[in-house]
Amino acid sequence: MTRYIIRRILWGVLLLIAVTALTFVLFRILPTGDPARLRAGRNASPQVIAEIRHNLGLDKSLLAQFWIYMKEVFLHFNLGFSYYSSAPVRSLIANRLGATVSLAVGASIVWLGIGLPIGIVSALRRRSLLDRASMGSALVLVSAPEYWLGLIALYLFAADIGKVKIFPGAGSYVGLTSDPWKWFTSLLLPWLVLAAGSAAIYARLMRSSLTETMGEDYIRTARAKGLSERRVVMRHGVRAAINPIMTILALDIATLLGSAVLVETVFDIPGIGRLNYDAITHSDFPIVQGTVLLGALFIVVANILVDIAYAYLDPRVRYS
Amino acid sequence: MNIGAAELLPGGLDFPVAGQGIAARSPLQLFWRRFRQDRVALASLAFIVLLVAVALAAPLIVALLGLPGPSVQNPNLTDQFGSPLGPSLAHPFGVDQLGQDVASRVIYGTRVSLEVGLLGTAVATLIGVIVGVLAGFYRGFLDTLLSRLIDVVLSIPILLLGLGIGAACAVRGCVGGTIQPGLGVIIFLIALANWTYVARIVRGLVLSLREREFVQAARALGASDARIMFREILPNLVAPIIVYSTLLIPLNILLEAALSFLGVGIRPPTASWGQMIAAATPIFNTAWWYMTFPGIALLLTVLAFNLLGDGLQDALNPRTAR
Repeated sequence: MTRYIIRRILWGVLLLIAVTALTFVLFRILPTGDPARLRAGRNASPQVIAEIRHNLGLDKSLLAQFWIYMKEVFLHFNLGFSYYSSAPVRSLIANRLGATVSLAVGASIVWLGIGLPIGIVSALRRRSLLDRASMGSALVLVSAPEYWLGLIALYLFAADIGKVKIFPGAGSYVGLTSDPWKWFTSLLLPWLVLAAGSAAIYARLMRSSLTETMGEDYIRTARAKGLSERRVVMRHGVRAAINPIMTILALDIATLLGSAVLVETVFDIPGIGRLNYDAITHSDFPIVQGTVLLGALFIVVANILVDIAYAYLDPRVRYS
Repeated sequence: MNIGAAELLPGGLDFPVAGQGIAARSPLQLFWRRFRQDRVALASLAFIVLLVAVALAAPLIVALLGLPGPSVQNPNLTDQFGSPLGPSLAHPFGVDQLGQDVASRVIYGTRVSLEVGLLGTAVATLIGVIVGVLAGFYRGFLDTLLSRLIDVVLSIPILLLGLGIGAACAVRGCVGGTIQPGLGVIIFLIALANWTYVARIVRGLVLSLREREFVQAARALGASDARIMFREILPNLVAPIIVYSTLLIPLNILLEAALSFLGVGIRPPTASWGQMIAAATPIFNTAWWYMTFPGIALLLTVLAFNLLGDGLQDALNPRTAR
């Protein structure tokens, strides 16, 4: 088992190196523009541009630049410097991480809290009105873009401009440490919006997983033992049906960083997504590049966690 | 996969009478027979056909409805503060800040969504099929190499990467203009990210198909590798490839809309639903119509493709309980 974990982690590190190399290539070779010129701003003299090019190391060969970049990222965790503000990308991202993590973790709690119970009830009362209604609305929610849902939600429920003033509007985010209650209320609407699509997906997953489990022989055995139906469902059914769902949860939270960009933009939450949205208006690519790497790190770590959890939970998985 | 005759013939069991002969059905025919039973999926298919018609005949439809063109700006349609006018008989979906007709732009927006959804997915599927067939057929080193490459690409957060590449290519395009800003960049991104899903599935299927008797027979007859891969194995993969690429289409339509919403996708004056929602954001509390109609169009289109994909998947795997 230990050997399996070590191998899995080593492969994860290799994967990250490959992703870093790929993003370097994409961001350095694809753009037709010149990073030194971008950094110098408009109307810069050729000398200034040449100086910046030298300072950024852009006058070195592409291979040398690549080597320096990789060394900085992996040995010093240095993601480079913003073209626009010259601040280190690492600290810019670190400052914004709290808001994004609040958004992502809260949203995942909300979607589990809404999606799983609906899935369970739907599976137990298949083809009932409730099942049809919730599966129908699940399909609609899966198809709706989250930023559009966000705008609709603000239009209907925001305290400042909404028709029914229930939730604080856009731009009301405060940090958890400065005012926990305001933090909570300001994130309620973004959580619901970000969670809507995933709640729908998880309700459908839970429904099909539990439907399958409830047909198993050991459920009949549990019923034959005279257990209450509630106990049969919760202890024997849901417990087994939830395993495959938990294994994809880690990955879904890791990939949430992408949709968080959209929701942060709509609700004006100062997180990593908003940082990126602002960065692209200044063509500030080191920030975007750093965020892509952070996102890849989340995905790789989540994958490793899932594999290890799988190996623990399911003895049939052979780790060789 | 054993399918009872009763399931295939809705009329009940028809035993072949002597002289009538038993018609052999290809997997694709069986697939189609099951799909035909699914009313929701058929309705979605009809809706998508309608969308394609709307996209192709956009100028005609706009003219028939008596609407102005999608980029006709009419300053008379905004009030003295620059706020656009809401829905009326002449402009059923209202107008935007520039006095452009929203209905007309929503109709033209169908073009971008379908172009991205169909063309982008087609390119990604083509790459995925070739990679998947090669990896599954040759196995060994080539398979390891390609599978690891898939792992690498799957670790990249595509929306964030798209944000960066979209911005980088926004002005003068990329690779010295080979990848044009707008549609070109988005299709490039979709191809870059989505071939991996197709390749994984195709590889798995080829791995099991290559051991089957008909492949051995073809090999015994002296068929070349290329012939076995593309004439013997590939026809068996048509149904799953159609299913999984259909499931990718709505994701790609949403990706285009999201990138356009963030300002790095399709740019005005070309009408794209995502970009319209972005333009509506600053005034969404006063001009509700501007964000609502492009959003509904996007929702219905994505929903139709999702339902069609679900229906196709059910037809492919008839044993899955509904």
